Amino acid sequence: MGVDNPLGDNVITTSLDLLVNWSRKSSIWPMTFGLACCAIEMMATGASHNDLDRFGIIFRASPRQSDCIIIAGTVTKKMLPVIKTVYEQMPEPKWVIAMGACACSGGIFDTYSVVQGIDEALPVDVYIPGCPPRPEALLYGLMKLQDKIMTERNSFGSAIGLGQRYIPEAA
Amino acid sequence: MANTETMTLNMGPQHPSTHGVLRLVLELDGEVIVKVTPHIGYLHRGVEKLSEHRTYHQILPLTDRLDYLAPMSNNLGYILAVEKLMAVEVPERAETIRIIMAELTRLQSHLVWIACHALDIGAMTVFIYAFRERETIMEIYEQISGARMTSNFFRVGGLSQDVPDGFVKKVSDFIDVMPGYLDQYEGLLTTNPIWLKRTIGNGVISAEDAIDIGITGPALRGSGVDWDLRRDTPYAGYEKYTFQVPVGEKCDTFDRYKVRLVEMRESCKIVRQALDKLKPGPVLADCPQVCYPPKENVYNSIEGLIHHFKIASEGFYAPEGEVYQGVEAPKGELGFYIVSDGGNMPERLRIRPPSFINLQAIEQMSVGSMIADLVAVIGTLDIVLGEIDR
Repeated sequence: MGVDNPLGDNVITTSLDLLVNWSRKSSIWPMTFGLACCAIEMMATGASHNDLDRFGIIFRASPRQSDCIIIAGTVTKKMLPVIKTVYEQMPEPKWVIAMGACACSGGIFDTYSVVQGIDEALPVDVYIPGCPPRPEALLYGLMKLQDKIMTERNSFGSAIGLGQRYIPEAA
Repeated sequence: MANTETMTLNMGPQHPSTHGVLRLVLELDGEVIVKVTPHIGYLHRGVEKLSEHRTYHQILPLTDRLDYLAPMSNNLGYILAVEKLMAVEVPERAETIRIIMAELTRLQSHLVWIACHALDIGAMTVFIYAFRERETIMEIYEQISGARMTSNFFRVGGLSQDVPDGFVKKVSDFIDVMPGYLDQYEGLLTTNPIWLKRTIGNGVISAEDAIDIGITGPALRGSGVDWDLRRDTPYAGYEKYTFQVPVGEKCDTFDRYKVRLVEMRESCKIVRQALDKLKPGPVLADCPQVCYPPKENVYNSIEGLIHHFKIASEGFYAPEGEVYQGVEAPKGELGFYIVSDGGNMPERLRIRPPSFINLQAIEQMSVGSMIADLVAVIGTLDIVLGEIDR
């Protein structure tokens, strides 16, 4: 596979990986980055009725403090460079959620000004369909992201500068 | 002698309190704002152009996504414009339900406004409270249309379907408790010294300037201009309802806040009157050239199915001409201007979004104040970028 994992897979390193993964999945800090309609549903998910805090999810206003970006809304060609810059400002490890039809595929806006899916520019981890997705759908997407984080290997090694994180293909 | 060199600062499009993707280029003298230049277009989705290639029925879902905090008001504006073009009479029940939904939409939009406005200024609690009430309105939306935000519920000639059982009770219960919740917000804000310091005297714009710029909605009424399209140019049957139009005096952020809160109370009263008026009856006009057939016909007869197919695929042909319809959306006058060349799609659809015109006041309202006050000005203008950029 060609994955750089100098620590190898043994009971000590995988246990440490699990610990690191568990801490990361329990404190996903997404960015408050609303683009369009989906941002309102994202706010509704964070507010009283659905309450994201119970998952350890706290919205941060700065990309430097966050490790997940939720692309909530239509991405236009004018906005794309800004999103790329913001994504690059986020420290590793970082994950991307494409929320809603527009972020997944452009949605109903098949026009000259709209990017047909954020995956043209960023590596998306979770796609959430819907226009806009219900708060429950966003919660489910975030839980899927947590599951994905738990399958990562060598997260401890990469955190101390040895090798890189990877997801085993069979997992 | 102090150094008088100004500094240029970029704010947005990624900024937590620019309400979406607004970008402001500020010229600052220390912390005092000298010049504000809004840069828009970060959410330009080409709705007007898309509308030129869709039938009149197919444009409706696009209007949901203009001002996504008030989807039903957008629907209403567009539908009324098409009905004016086609000269369709709407049944009374449909008209009443439209008004109930339009006023609930106003409540919903103002709830998000007070939530974000207070959050921007630093009052987190109001955000949590307002979204709790908004969730009830979302449930009502979902009950009648199946969607929480992009409802797409109205149709040319009436509604897509009648409201389900339990709708009247749910709305009625909500309207009963809503004034109490509004008292809660007022208790948290109106006497809060921090809130008063941040809002009184902030973002002042005189009535003359507001009219010159073309501001509409609560932002205009906050400046003391008594103008409300629902009362002054009634549409959709608003002439049958009695309600007060609140007006501010001091033209500042606090007065606009008061105006919106009174507006929410008045909306509750309008909904109550509409619920009392609600009588059984058809919800779609008997106008086969324009309207969809009732669903039972579509499922049970071949003629109904053909009719449905024809309206869904080809739509209807509008007479040549042009028409403008403005409605009092939560943020101001929302206008739809349709030019028809006799085809089944508009030749040109122009949308007059209230936020776009209200945003022009930002410079006048914020020059000379501190940079932190700009956040309050953005909040009080209650802009939505989906509508500004279209």
